[in-house]
Amino acid sequence: MTVSFDVNGRKVTVDPAARTTLADCLRHDVGMTGTHVGCEHGVCGACTVIVNGEAVRSCLMLAVQADGAKITTIEGIGAGEELSPLQLAFKKHHGLQCGFCTPGMLTTLHALLSQEPDADEERIRDVLSGNICRCTGYIPIIEAAMEAREAYRAKAGES
Amino acid sequence: MRTVNTYIGSPVERIEDQRFLTGTGEYVGDMSREGMWHAVFLRSPVGHGRILKIDASAALALEGVRAVLTGDDMGEDVPTIPFRRPNPTIGPFAQPIIGRGKVRYFGEPIAVVLADSQEIAEDALGLIDVEYEQLPAVLDRETCFADKVLLFEAQKSNVTSVFNAQKGSADEAFAKADVVVKDRFYTQRQTATPMETRGLLAEWDEKNRRLRVSGAAKLPFFNRKTMADMMKLPEEAVDYIEVDVGGGFGARGEFYPEDFLCAFAARKFNKPIKWVEDRREHFTAIGHSRECEAQVELALSKDGTILGMRGDLYVNIGAYVRPNGMTPVRNAAQFMTGPYRVPNIDLKAHAFVSNKTPAGTYRGPGRYEGCFFMERLMEMAADALQMDRVALRRKNLLTNTEMPYPLATVLPSDGRAETNCDSGDYRETFDRCLKEFHWDEKAKLDGQQVDGRYHGIAIASFIEGGASGPSEACKLELEADGSVTLYIGSSSIGQGVETVMLQITADALELPMDRLRIYHGSTDLLKEGWGSYGSRATVMGGSAIMMAAEKMLDRFREEAAKRLNVDPSSLTIAEGVARHADGRSVPLAEVASAKIVTEAKYTSWTPTYTYGAGAVHVAVDADTGHVQVLEYLVVDDVGRIINPLTLHGQVMGAAVQGFGSVFSEELAYDDQGTLLVGSLADYLLPLATDYPHIHCISTDNYPTPNHPIGAKGAGEGGIIPIGGVVANAVSSALKSFGVAPNILPLSPNRIWDLVQAAKRKA
Repeated sequence: MTVSFDVNGRKVTVDPAARTTLADCLRHDVGMTGTHVGCEHGVCGACTVIVNGEAVRSCLMLAVQADGAKITTIEGIGAGEELSPLQLAFKKHHGLQCGFCTPGMLTTLHALLSQEPDADEERIRDVLSGNICRCTGYIPIIEAAMEAREAYRAKAGES
Repeated sequence: MRTVNTYIGSPVERIEDQRFLTGTGEYVGDMSREGMWHAVFLRSPVGHGRILKIDASAALALEGVRAVLTGDDMGEDVPTIPFRRPNPTIGPFAQPIIGRGKVRYFGEPIAVVLADSQEIAEDALGLIDVEYEQLPAVLDRETCFADKVLLFEAQKSNVTSVFNAQKGSADEAFAKADVVVKDRFYTQRQTATPMETRGLLAEWDEKNRRLRVSGAAKLPFFNRKTMADMMKLPEEAVDYIEVDVGGGFGARGEFYPEDFLCAFAARKFNKPIKWVEDRREHFTAIGHSRECEAQVELALSKDGTILGMRGDLYVNIGAYVRPNGMTPVRNAAQFMTGPYRVPNIDLKAHAFVSNKTPAGTYRGPGRYEGCFFMERLMEMAADALQMDRVALRRKNLLTNTEMPYPLATVLPSDGRAETNCDSGDYRETFDRCLKEFHWDEKAKLDGQQVDGRYHGIAIASFIEGGASGPSEACKLELEADGSVTLYIGSSSIGQGVETVMLQITADALELPMDRLRIYHGSTDLLKEGWGSYGSRATVMGGSAIMMAAEKMLDRFREEAAKRLNVDPSSLTIAEGVARHADGRSVPLAEVASAKIVTEAKYTSWTPTYTYGAGAVHVAVDADTGHVQVLEYLVVDDVGRIINPLTLHGQVMGAAVQGFGSVFSEELAYDDQGTLLVGSLADYLLPLATDYPHIHCISTDNYPTPNHPIGAKGAGEGGIIPIGGVVANAVSSALKSFGVAPNILPLSPNRIWDLVQAAKRKA
């Protein structure tokens, strides 16, 4: 079945099998391997992408369900090589080690802070409790998210 | 070596981060080759059984399935995986690379399906018809030592080895003791659980008879040799290529059956073979660890001086002895006394096989277990002596004047029978921990009920081994533009190797970091090397870099002297420039045409011992069994800090892993040997909401005297003391009930059971 969707501002048309997940489709059919698959059960959150503004587990969504959707992946969080304030905060606070869960952390936080730039620590922790990191112990990730809020607030003020 | 404005000791942001933050890293699952086949493994659904029949005809008939391999395709004898740390008795217990005739654990591979896509290969799994005769399973110490069921019929016992850790005369010490405390303790089965599951891409070049294996981690050089031997190829014909790795923690990167089977298939069919493990499979197949029972006792004199320790440890190593399967066993015996002065020791560590997944290492192997047993004994001893538990510990901690301090000797020897604590004053980190934790203030809450919950505090001390031998190698190459490329055998498992190694190189060559490039962990870069395990990369790799850099500066001096027509000894080198007293100078870039390449191999079998203390404050709900960690503080001394940012990150990450160990992670089996964990929803890793109050302080007051770099292996400090310290805090909180939390994990139901049992007794 032919499916078209927008990924990071680029329109793609693919022909996935009915059972192909959005995660596998992005990785193997579209060739964007930044989205990682850590469990395929919807538990770890590594595969999180933003579909029509909402953070979604791409391992639990079929590619065919994404027809017509606007999708943002890790590759679209910054502007190419240039890091966004959220990405820069991750670097500064050492919010990543092996980098495997990082795409899901960034997409989840990007979706959250775009909607709720004033989210407090408790809210951030609560939302991030759906994303597992085995390296950092989460504390530096929370610190990075708290710092990045300022940039999201400024952006919300502009629009 | 630069001595001011150094990169070493500075919180340099990681150069790795850019690609990870932009989704442009390359993990093995991201790799793809034209015409590649996908491998999936059919795994035993029974814990112990005989294979009566395998019929793959229906699977082979499925469109897109290319082949199905079973044990019968492996020749007369199914090869077994060699040991990394051999000993005289484990030979017969080595793991065959595929189950044939008999299966000994749930998840043991018995067939490989090769197909055009992973989906088709997985469909085909369900079409393979296998009949088993199920056998009774050996699951624990009781069923093992009954010896009614033997995993290996030709062996008379399920015990593979007994390690004896010995020092002085324990029996004499116990005869003289005023107080003896003893009990039974247990740490549950766990696994490291890196967020990236395992995977491999094996490629065979028929024309040149070369094998290329991508997805290597941890110890690519040893695994290359193993693979070459098993495939009957010269070592140079095999390349192990490291790409980005999503965490290791001891489990990922050992030589596993799937490694051989993918390579075997690649050669047999002359096709690139890709395998990516799924999460359920991961739990059944990657190395488990930590399942250890202790029956141990501690002898003390009236004044609290430890006189001796003796007893038995029983380590459930699963169905086979894997390459490093004995490491946690011998470590638990050797390191159980930890940072304490114990003059007389007699511990036996029994390794036994069972119908569970074969074990390997997990962060702080044997040390986490041993520290839990030791710290529980110390707490019991303080009670028995009616002595302050802080004073008791402090009295027995090793001090600087006692270094080097010999730990127990472990036999049979795996080459590391004897070892010494290298440097440091173990009271310093202990005192610092007490102070920063505000122990005296918090002690007022100890055992008190506040808002319905019981508060408890505890402190524990630990040592952490590092700098595992035997050697590490590196090469430095001066490029045409005056920049330098570093090739190093150390591998990256996500810990920040690139940044740390370049900090060391930059200071050693006195160049800015952006003039350096690094290539690491792939066997096509260097003739020899080792990898990253046992907290070794920084010490071993860093020391090799210092040697190679010195050679490069010598060569630079020679070349510069030629150009200036002066004696080399008349030149001083600083910040990439060779200068003569007459004012003339030569920058490094100017000698690039000399094509300077220097290599170094740093060899050492002398471990380092980072040490420290951890303190915790918990609140226990006696009605639900829930424990909240209100604060955890760990203080460690690592000899020399290379990068405080990455060090801090690892210690903190280790602490949170440790809370998973203490409270929620468990690989449970049913009585037939079926693993009851199928997903991350069953194996409860710590989440962002669970442990927000953790603090780490690292100091570098006592560099190791054994390595030129001064740094000690680090990054496990957060996890090693955590079982002991948390169990003691819980026991302290619930002291009005008199509970003894001697069995981990401290899940709500276990604590509730302990409280209920104590109430019934009262």
